Amino acid sequence: MSSPKLTNPVARWIDHRLPVFTFLHHEMHEYPTPKNLNYWWNFGSLAGITLVIMIVTGIILSMHYTAHVDHAFQSVERIMRDVNYGWLIRYIHANGASFFFIVVYIHIFRGLYYGSYKAPRELLWMLGVVILLLMMATAFMGYVLPWGQMSFWGATVITNLFSAIPLVGESIVTLLWGGFSVDNPTLNRFFSLHYLLPFVIVGVVVLHIVALHRFGSNNPLGIDVRGDQDTVSFHPYYTVKDMFGLSVFLTIMAAVVFFLPNSMGHPDNYIPANPMVTPAHIVPEWYFLPFYAILRAVPDKLLGVLAMFAAIAVLFVLPWLDRSPVRSATFRPIYKIMFWVFLLDCVALTYLGAKPAEGIYVVLSRLCTVYYFAHFIILLPALSVFETPRSLPRSIGKSVLGGGNGIPAPAPAAAREKP
Amino acid sequence: MMGRPQKLIILLLTVLVTVPIATTARSAESVAFPTQEWSFNGPLGTFNRGELQRGFQVYKEVCATCHSLNFISFRNLTDLGFNENEVKAIAAEFQVEDGPNNEGDMFERAAIPSDMWPSPYPNDNAARASNNGALPPDLSLMVDARAGGADYLYALLSGYHETPQGKEIGEGMYYNAYYPGNQIAMPSPLVEDGVEYGDGTRATLVQQARDVTAFLAWATEPNMEQRKRMGVMVIIFLLVMTGLFYYSKKKIWSDVH
Repeated sequence: MSSPKLTNPVARWIDHRLPVFTFLHHEMHEYPTPKNLNYWWNFGSLAGITLVIMIVTGIILSMHYTAHVDHAFQSVERIMRDVNYGWLIRYIHANGASFFFIVVYIHIFRGLYYGSYKAPRELLWMLGVVILLLMMATAFMGYVLPWGQMSFWGATVITNLFSAIPLVGESIVTLLWGGFSVDNPTLNRFFSLHYLLPFVIVGVVVLHIVALHRFGSNNPLGIDVRGDQDTVSFHPYYTVKDMFGLSVFLTIMAAVVFFLPNSMGHPDNYIPANPMVTPAHIVPEWYFLPFYAILRAVPDKLLGVLAMFAAIAVLFVLPWLDRSPVRSATFRPIYKIMFWVFLLDCVALTYLGAKPAEGIYVVLSRLCTVYYFAHFIILLPALSVFETPRSLPRSIGKSVLGGGNGIPAPAPAAAREKP
Repeated sequence: MMGRPQKLIILLLTVLVTVPIATTARSAESVAFPTQEWSFNGPLGTFNRGELQRGFQVYKEVCATCHSLNFISFRNLTDLGFNENEVKAIAAEFQVEDGPNNEGDMFERAAIPSDMWPSPYPNDNAARASNNGALPPDLSLMVDARAGGADYLYALLSGYHETPQGKEIGEGMYYNAYYPGNQIAMPSPLVEDGVEYGDGTRATLVQQARDVTAFLAWATEPNMEQRKRMGVMVIIFLLVMTGLFYYSKKKIWSDVH
């Protein structure tokens, strides 16, 4: 780790005792990043920034929010009406959750397409799955806080899932509720945990970044960096690219926050929670729908719950299910098709999760669920054996130069393929 | 090889496609009803003050008999175009309970602008007892709390038609073309010329339904106009920022490719 040239004597004094400037210099300036990253690589930093937006708005909301069944709904409406710009803070926070999942799902599918989970980045990938799980828990508990009808009934349905666990299920549910139904103790502990978990996420994000910086980013070609000619320093090249991506993202997010702020929420959550009235359809937030579809696709409650958790757990072992040595789908003709089919399968599950569990929807949910698991457990391992990958380019630099200069490129396919 | 703009377009499309997928999932359960032109529709829509004041009159003279408006206080009515003295006068028409005073007794006094809109019933049970067992919902959030929002409310209020042949309607229930299940406990609240508008507008049933729906849209989100105004400024700012970063990015990367 080389030291930056510090001209300011105060900075030099500090850096000698606490090498923060050296650290920043190393991680930002010297940190070599493949120069061929496309815009799909923006979503990692976007996710990080969205997390910060969520934490900042969340802290402000918590200053005005009251975690009590008799006051929660009212306090949220007070934020919307009487707190200065409270409506803005809450709309950013509520829609920010959806955007956080959009960003993270794109980030995950980018990893799937370019094989970013493969050696030596297995732990980086697994830490990412941990973040996803934490995000889901946080989002679920956050949705309970306004104490509307969907808050209450969503909490009831999801916490009840744990009752399917043999022997200890009922006790676990009682523990989650802090009583014998979803009530004030439930709201209080959910608020407490909703405040805590984002900081746990920050911790795991730090580990995620430490693991990332060990070998650096994967890239659209999925081949290792061969030397300086393949990389650029993170700053200013990727800082400015990330800032451009962030501006586009914020523009889209602002359009939703200011002009369609309730488009991703459910109308029933503007009705105060009422334990005596069950909504016609209890639908989770859209980002849970694929998992909800898997849960309902299985006729047995316990197996359904297990399948739902397995849908995420399978991601943990993905690096060992996909044995193909080639990372990027660009050079894996069959995997490339399978990736899009899998993406379609996930979109279908999202759609089915929002539909009532009846008729054709049940059949389709089951088919899609079976395919979801088959993709990971049967198709991917089989593909590692049967697929013949295309030849890889020798280096990132060579590939970027492509077939120019009249010299035949070592792997012309690479240059023509879209990333 | 794809150019940069194409990649960006694909990226934008991904987000723009994901959002509607998420939202259309919701509307599946609602009854079909015609959409209306509202002054407050769209990114630049604002409330029509005349419409709001007429709607307020309908709420005050008709709806308020049974429906509370818990999140609105008298002072909020200045948004409708009333001045402070008018708001004070409206508030003074109502008696609210205050106290305890120095003797420890609760007492009645005329309402002031900082008071919340008084509920017609002391509690839910009293409301049910007076309404054949049905609870008239609070109207503060009606437009956001119902799928279809203003269009649905307007359709509901103007949707009391003759019961079609062969349709069984329960005891004390009424037929409504747009209420889920077509049976509603609320009798048609609006009648032709049921109120007398001060501005000379003819109070037809559909006119009243329109006006009161607009009023409820305001009550649901009194900050809507501020939100949209600010949104326009923020989007303009962000677009300029996006442009600046785009050219900075291009310039910085020009020596790499």
